[in-house]
Amino acid sequence: MTLEKKIMAENDNSHAPIPVSEDVMIDMRSVHKWYDQFHVLKDINLTVHKGERIVICGPSGSGKSTLIRCINRLEEHQKGQIVVDGTELTDDIKHIDQIRREVGMVFQHFNLFPHLTVLENCCLALIWVRKMPRKEAEEIGMKFLERVQIPEQAKKYPGQLSGGQQQRVAIARSLCMNPSIMLFDEPTSALDPEMIKEVLDTMIELAESGMTMLCVTHEMGFAKTVANRVIFMDGGEIVEENEPEAFFSNPQHDRTKLFLSQIM
Amino acid sequence: MAEFVSQPDLPPPVTSVGVIGWLRKNLFSSWANSLLTLLALYLLYVALPPLANWAFIKADWVGESRDACDSGGACWVFTRVRFNQFMYGFYPAAEYWRVNLAFGLLVALMVPLFIEKTPHKGWLAASILLLYPIIAFYLFAGGAFGLEQVETSLWGGLTLTLILSGVGIVASLPIGIVLALGRRSSMPIVKASSIIFIEFWRGVPLITVLFMSSVMLPLFLPEGTHFDKLLRAMIGIVLFQSAYMAEVVRGGLQAIPKGQYEAANALGLSYWKTMGLIVLPQALKLVIPGIVNTFIALFKDTTLVLIIGLFDLLAMIQAAFTDPHWLGYAVEGYVFAALIFWIFCFGMSRYSQALERKLHRGHVR
Repeated sequence: MTLEKKIMAENDNSHAPIPVSEDVMIDMRSVHKWYDQFHVLKDINLTVHKGERIVICGPSGSGKSTLIRCINRLEEHQKGQIVVDGTELTDDIKHIDQIRREVGMVFQHFNLFPHLTVLENCCLALIWVRKMPRKEAEEIGMKFLERVQIPEQAKKYPGQLSGGQQQRVAIARSLCMNPSIMLFDEPTSALDPEMIKEVLDTMIELAESGMTMLCVTHEMGFAKTVANRVIFMDGGEIVEENEPEAFFSNPQHDRTKLFLSQIM
Repeated sequence: MAEFVSQPDLPPPVTSVGVIGWLRKNLFSSWANSLLTLLALYLLYVALPPLANWAFIKADWVGESRDACDSGGACWVFTRVRFNQFMYGFYPAAEYWRVNLAFGLLVALMVPLFIEKTPHKGWLAASILLLYPIIAFYLFAGGAFGLEQVETSLWGGLTLTLILSGVGIVASLPIGIVLALGRRSSMPIVKASSIIFIEFWRGVPLITVLFMSSVMLPLFLPEGTHFDKLLRAMIGIVLFQSAYMAEVVRGGLQAIPKGQYEAANALGLSYWKTMGLIVLPQALKLVIPGIVNTFIALFKDTTLVLIIGLFDLLAMIQAAFTDPHWLGYAVEGYVFAALIFWIFCFGMSRYSQALERKLHRGHVR
């Protein structure tokens, strides 16, 4: 497909990486972040391989959202190194653009553009960032709206859709840019209970297709069935990380046990 | 067991529908409301008949001089005789067609923009914005290609009012947007200069700005440089109004949730694309009432140019009733001025309401 070739070509001239093994998509090394005086991320080390599906959980204020928002530079880290698909995140705007092309993001509150139709939401970045002709962009937009099973809503405005539908549009909007990594920041926590399933089903389908995913969520059912790794954060640190089965059946730390006992 | 019989639909009581219902609900719903209604009716009774008597019934409409005005009502002969001057100022009568053509052309070009189905609206609007001022300036000023030159000091009346406010409106919105973005910029120098500019121009009265532009500025310019007075006033008005516009637009920008910026950033949109495609369309829509409010204020503020000797509509009217032939008809003049200004301002207000309704359609949040 032409789009994929285009993106592959773009990857070829990516900047000289710090040596990492072939399939490492995200490499965070002793990352620290402060909000003013508040030390929100403390010495985070995390390596994500291609196709991995990682669930990050933890109490609120533990820094889990901040962690994934650092990966596409919605938040800036002050110390340490983040390398995404061979490109290091620095102040260089070229690197940031390069990484944002690779990384799609889905937000808690969807953040759809309310003044644009569903299809326009999907096509906008293809047209203005990828410089694609409108017609081609709309074909891709429709393809992904079909994939999240709401092609019939294409001409509506986000405000006319239910929360679950809006979140699926947000997922389609990210997928249109053909990212190699998807970040989910509590994608279901703003939804009514009966809509959570439709969003999770979409995410499960995405996981089965081999997408590299980082997901901040409290949906432990999702973590059990989909994740290869579960990370528990508290106080800005990664307290524990393990395969889901071991994580849930045999947590190592007291803080993890306490957290699990509260949410299960 | 008794069979259930559903009740027939009855008409509502007469006191709650129709004229009586409307009166009860809106005019006499409580004793305070009734009192206010009666008071309002009394005031109308006191004010309306004499007004109608003065303005219409006893008014004089035909004639050529003040001698025709002898019936004691309004002397509309005055406004009729001086009508052309009110519209065109001192513009040579033989060249009136140029002014008419310029405004007619503008209307003709604008009409397609208001029709829903016109294709390529953006291009049309852009070409009007770029080409029309050149054509209009040539028509007004002349001086080339066979059109006689008309000095800007001869421009006046409603024509001048419309030129000043038109330029003010078209130029102050984009400058105001840039200043508003500048004031919210993360770059300290851009931010500081925007704040200084806005606070300076907002802190100075428009009269001062106009005086400065017409009296002080020439003193500072090198000997012999001629800088058209109308142009100076225009620049003064534009800078002054764009500071106000900037603050209105900033209000809209602040209302856009952070999530919109984040979503745009995450999709890889640059700063200008984020602003142009995501933030400004939403922010400007939110502040349409404020923007139109500023436009209306600007339109009325253009009358202040009379203090620096430019003859806009109000100045022409004042000049007319201080003419010895027409002394004593100030009231007619001011009523006429008020009517013209009201028509334009009310038109703008209605258009803004229609625009709000149109843009609101489709995406209720």
